[in-house]
Amino acid sequence: MKSKLLSAPYIVWMILFTLVPLGVVFYYAFADVNTGQFTMANLANMGTYTPIFLRSIWLSLAASAICLVIGYPVAYYISQTKPTTQRFLSMLIMLPMCMSFLLRTLAWVALLEDTGIINRLLSNFGIGPLPLIRNNGAVILGMVYNYLPYMILPLYSVMVKIDRRLIEAAQDLGCNSRQVFGKVIFPLSVPGIISGISMVFVPAVSTFYISQKLGSTGTTLIGDVIESQFKGAYNPNLGAAMSLVLMVLIFICVGIMNHFGEDNSEEGMVTI
Amino acid sequence: MSKELIRLTDLTMSFDGEQILDKINLYINDQEFLTLLGPSGCGKTTTLRIIGGFLTPDSGDVFFEGKRINDVPAHKRKINTVFQRYALFPHLDVYDNVAFGLRISKLPEDEIDRRVTEMLEIVSLRGFEDRSVTSLSGGQQQRVAIARALVNRPKVLLLDEPLGALDLRLRKDMQNELKRIQQTMGITFIYVTHDQEEALTMSDTIVVMDKGHIQQIGTPEDIYNEPKNAFVADFIGESNILDGIMLQDCLVEFFGRRFPCVDKGFAANEPVDVVIRPEDIDIVPADAGHLCGTVTSITFKGVHYDIIVDFKGFKWLIQSTDYQPVGAYIGIRLNPEDIHVMKKSEYSDMFGDYSSYSAEYDEIAEGGEDEE
Repeated sequence: MKSKLLSAPYIVWMILFTLVPLGVVFYYAFADVNTGQFTMANLANMGTYTPIFLRSIWLSLAASAICLVIGYPVAYYISQTKPTTQRFLSMLIMLPMCMSFLLRTLAWVALLEDTGIINRLLSNFGIGPLPLIRNNGAVILGMVYNYLPYMILPLYSVMVKIDRRLIEAAQDLGCNSRQVFGKVIFPLSVPGIISGISMVFVPAVSTFYISQKLGSTGTTLIGDVIESQFKGAYNPNLGAAMSLVLMVLIFICVGIMNHFGEDNSEEGMVTI
Repeated sequence: MSKELIRLTDLTMSFDGEQILDKINLYINDQEFLTLLGPSGCGKTTTLRIIGGFLTPDSGDVFFEGKRINDVPAHKRKINTVFQRYALFPHLDVYDNVAFGLRISKLPEDEIDRRVTEMLEIVSLRGFEDRSVTSLSGGQQQRVAIARALVNRPKVLLLDEPLGALDLRLRKDMQNELKRIQQTMGITFIYVTHDQEEALTMSDTIVVMDKGHIQQIGTPEDIYNEPKNAFVADFIGESNILDGIMLQDCLVEFFGRRFPCVDKGFAANEPVDVVIRPEDIDIVPADAGHLCGTVTSITFKGVHYDIIVDFKGFKWLIQSTDYQPVGAYIGIRLNPEDIHVMKKSEYSDMFGDYSSYSAEYDEIAEGGEDEE
């Protein structure tokens, strides 16, 4: 009874600010923009945006994969250091997160622009200007840069919990260091991989700012389109329908990923 | 009967400036059940981990079948380990845990299947193949750990307090089980424990260690009946340890009285430690006793009573099946073979007085130590 009472504020919060808005989104998605009548037209329009949905998913998957490739060795390295070093290094990883997301992305614009720092530097050697910005690569770079800590931290927290004695046990049973990694460390870190990918993929797929600043009209993401429905075009009903479809897509993607990790313990796993 | 398998010479090891092992010399025979016994921090686990290849000694050598193996990494040694608290792979089921080592050595699947099944039979875990190891009880996990190590048919099995986490009854069963497995499979067992009873029950040879030194090596009977110093006498079983003077061969004086004994080879009038086991003492009426004292406490232990008797201010522990009321004035008799004489050592005067009886008894019964 007591614990129920303690969770009451959160439940109220959830209802007011998650469930009710979700209901509103749901309502808007099925309402006509002018009359407010029930309609499927908003959802039926979705077909035209398929390429943008696919691009969003594709770019976020690429960003998640790159984050994994970069983040995994980093997380492993941190987990192997002394506890004091671990604290210091994880603080370093978190440090960029203390800086405004907008500022971090703008900084990349200043770096990558045709007249930006990198191109100006290169021009000294007679190279360039290189097309570093307003393309898919720049958008992926922005995603990787912004969301890398969300990959490293769950991986690290799973790896640091792997029992040292399991590694010794594997060595004892004949594993060289490569086999120790393949047979023990990697399988035991799968929950961290899954929650890391989820935590990068989900915000990346719905982002809009990164593609606006680092991308071009050819790299518009679904988040940008949704934003424009509420701000520029002012068709909140279409925007709501898009949000709904995006949500379902995210559920499907995360569901598939969690399915891969089903055999492993749920420890450290984030289910969204 | 059997040949030497492992030899340790002058092993020395220290962590953070603290000496853990100091010139350990030891050889282990093929098919022997050898136990490293000692209190927490005595260096027994460190010795085991050096043999397993998980630690490199600061100096000294490890020989296996006559070859120096200091630089051979753990995964290339024909040695397997049963770890403290088992270290089973949580992402694998019982079958895959046991098959782990065989798969690493790339044996054909049908042979793996045959050997795993046979091994699970030996440890009575048939039918548990597909169970997750985290769903098993402590005793079952322990048997998976043993099966996982033994299925590789190692020359040597190292066991690091494998029964420490089990309850008393299960521990007794597993002691017999381990001894049986060791004898059937003919594998050398090196066993680490702080439980003297476990060591006495299972071992062919016991190595008593303290403070990084070997205190005594011998059969369980030797260690119990002829302890080398006060530490061994106190650690293995209960002992009354008294100051005495060896007057001549087979004659020792303590408490101002001369007793015939069976020990020889001491200098005339050499100060010695005298050990008298509590179960060897016969209680007699006061007028017939060699020594007389007053009962200060009596505790029922099931098989016997623990009786504390005050002899001129020095308290003895006597174990007897006969009840003696507190305050009774009783006598004791000692036969020559009940008296064990030891040379004085750094441990003299540290043990063997039961004035602070209860505290000391509890300390010995204390379990669940954790090294490192």
